[in-house]
Amino acid sequence: MTAILTANNVTKQFGGLTAVNSLNVEIPDQSISSIIGPNGAGKTTFFNCVTGFYSPEMGEIHYRGNRIDGLRSDQVTRLGVSRTYQNIRLFANLTAIENIMVGFEPHLKTNWIDAVFRTSRYRQDEKAAHEEAIKLLRFVGLAGLGDQVARNLPYGAQRRLEVARALASKPGLLLLDEPTAGMNPHETLEMMHFISNLRDSFGITILLIEHDMRVVMGISEQITVLDFGEKIAEGTPKDIQSNTRVIEAYLGRGAATEGMATGERAPRRKTTH
Amino acid sequence: MSTTQNTFDWRKTLQLGLIGGLVGVLIALVGMVDEFDKRDIVAGTLSMGWTLLLLTALITGYFAASMMPKGRGLPGIVSAVVASAIFAVVMSVLAWLVDRFDLRQVLVNASPNLVKILTFEQGVPNGLFMLIGAGAAVGLLGGVIHILPDRIRKAVALGLSMVALLGLLQEIIQVSLAGFEGVSKALEWMFGKGTEKGLSVAGAIVVFIVVAAGNLLWNTNAPKVNAQFNKLPQKSRRSLRWLGYGILFLVIIYLPAVLGLYLTEVVNSTGLFILMGLGLNIVVGFAGLLDLGYVAFYAIGAYTVGVLTNFSGELTWHFGWNFWLALPVAVSLAVLAGVVLGVPVLNMRGDYLAIVTLGFGEIIRILALSDFLKPSIGGSQGIVNIPPPQFLGVLINNPQTLYYVIVAGAILALFISQRLRDSRLGRSWKALREDEDVAQAMGINLVATKLLAFATGAAFSGLSGSILAVKLGTIYPHSFALLISINVLALIIVGGMGSIPGVFVGGLLLAGMPELLREFAEYRLLIYGALLVVMMQVRPEGFWPEATHKRELHEAEAVKPAEAEA
Repeated sequence: MTAILTANNVTKQFGGLTAVNSLNVEIPDQSISSIIGPNGAGKTTFFNCVTGFYSPEMGEIHYRGNRIDGLRSDQVTRLGVSRTYQNIRLFANLTAIENIMVGFEPHLKTNWIDAVFRTSRYRQDEKAAHEEAIKLLRFVGLAGLGDQVARNLPYGAQRRLEVARALASKPGLLLLDEPTAGMNPHETLEMMHFISNLRDSFGITILLIEHDMRVVMGISEQITVLDFGEKIAEGTPKDIQSNTRVIEAYLGRGAATEGMATGERAPRRKTTH
Repeated sequence: MSTTQNTFDWRKTLQLGLIGGLVGVLIALVGMVDEFDKRDIVAGTLSMGWTLLLLTALITGYFAASMMPKGRGLPGIVSAVVASAIFAVVMSVLAWLVDRFDLRQVLVNASPNLVKILTFEQGVPNGLFMLIGAGAAVGLLGGVIHILPDRIRKAVALGLSMVALLGLLQEIIQVSLAGFEGVSKALEWMFGKGTEKGLSVAGAIVVFIVVAAGNLLWNTNAPKVNAQFNKLPQKSRRSLRWLGYGILFLVIIYLPAVLGLYLTEVVNSTGLFILMGLGLNIVVGFAGLLDLGYVAFYAIGAYTVGVLTNFSGELTWHFGWNFWLALPVAVSLAVLAGVVLGVPVLNMRGDYLAIVTLGFGEIIRILALSDFLKPSIGGSQGIVNIPPPQFLGVLINNPQTLYYVIVAGAILALFISQRLRDSRLGRSWKALREDEDVAQAMGINLVATKLLAFATGAAFSGLSGSILAVKLGTIYPHSFALLISINVLALIIVGGMGSIPGVFVGGLLLAGMPELLREFAEYRLLIYGALLVVMMQVRPEGFWPEATHKRELHEAEAVKPAEAEA
């Protein structure tokens, strides 16, 4: 399988703290892959390096052969990498439809002169964006809520709207940062189905950060485990469940393997300051 | 239902009464009561000064009623009456003190006249009892208004405001309508006779009833009318709409002839502010970039026209250009300045941006004042002899002709802002306002989007400044003070951030009204400040908010009916 995203030796430091340390990752095309690790392991930092929020100090990130590290986030998005956020960051006072239409931005070609004169080009463009937004709204199950202001939507709907907004840019790679955070078991299950459905319907690659082990083990084809900014394991869910270094990282040295194997939610290690 | 306890909160009532009293004392001691007493709202019956005091009492009562836990009942009304009575007691104490001791050494406005006004010219002690009685009565009214259902309360409030507005503008209305036969009879009856100012008693009652009933009728029937309208076939809907535009067009064309010279002049200066407001609304309202140096572009527009068109004077250059030739150059220069300011502040947000733009505005003003540039733009003496423009052989040298230039400019700005707001660019601006990082991560080019906001805003302001130059014929640096920027910003806030109709409402309130009430100009900033504070507390989304804004800030209220149904 070819890799859609490759990270070579990526290092990101904040002052003296090395958040991501010489990380090598390859994400197979059209896969669902996960990055897991205890709090502060550098997962979101890695996402931020990929999407242009941060520029890594060392290393290279390639997306479909294009080097993307050091680019601005809008450039990365235009190349086909899109994301959601750990704490939902919708445009709170815009309606659901408007949120999705903003996501369609990379595919709009008209400028302000077209807008002032309502040229046919402009009308076509807007129509396409609107139709796409309606389609995505239906896909994520928010039909009828399009004119609601984003901040008034229920939590689960906001999460799905954020995914719809990310999908509007027609990405090849979608990064989901803790898509099931704050959800109850039932909602989590729904979100799992939603994510696999997403890959099958759009033929895109999905990379997620996730804490819920049932989700991770249930839908990932490849799992990368980070601890203190370094990759400590990589492989299929089966490999990871039996990997001693992973169990140590999560539960401490000498802990029983029982919890991981049966898919219990792993206790999060307390971060020390 | 739980046990209905008549909980009466003495502490809160007392507190509100004292706060109301404090406000009243302040209003009296800054001289507003005395000064405003010279104008009547209802001729011979109710002066503006008293209106101010009664309004304070009314608001005190209203708030006291709303503070009670079970406000919609007897405790609320009692509380309203008591609070307003306390307000009146505080005012009485003031009146007594002023009457007893001569405080004018310290408090200039603590004059015998103030006592006369406060005591209904009955003198201390008799008048004081009347004062307290009046306070309690108004408090009762405030409490009752609070109990009324929403739509009736709104109608009553609108009726009262209309009476106040018409009473205030009586002179202007009478003068501008005097030329029409038949109307004058009605006017004579509606307004005070001879030198009296304000409405007549009968006129006030009629205005109140007509406005309140009209509002009530409209509000109950508006959904039906709307449904009827939507049921019509597309074609007749469109023709009805065009009919509406046609009527509006005719009104705009004939307005200056009806209004007369003075009122047209007021409309013109309001129009220039609205034009600037539309521009700043794009920068601050849409894109969320707080620009406090907005007057700079106004100055650049005005000075460019001044330099290019003036024909004589002390200046080095006498280009003597035609205004219509200078206008595009002025707007382009303003746009250029907008971009030049925009580039260094691309990475700044919020407070930092506000301070840098504030500095930019001052730099432009100080440059205009400087001796260094005096040969070219006149320094403190400004530019004189800016010739009036000509259009198709008509010399545009009076308010009634200039009006059309300003209206054309405002319509153009309105059209452009509306088109841009609904476009891709408008969405990008709003996304930028909500979350800059995420907006960029959605593929929005921040540099282009921000610069376009600054440039469009600067263009409208430059256009406004260009027209100002020919309106005045002379321009001085002090016409471009920081206060103009603040005025325009306040106008947007009062109207509703990001709302295009809000700019017009704000313009009429903050630019039009002060022009009409010039005699009270010294209290202008005080009233501005009070208005802004009250707005932030009571209606933070503005008088005419953008549709989405309203849902944001009154969210709690929007949720309530849904809960009630559940």
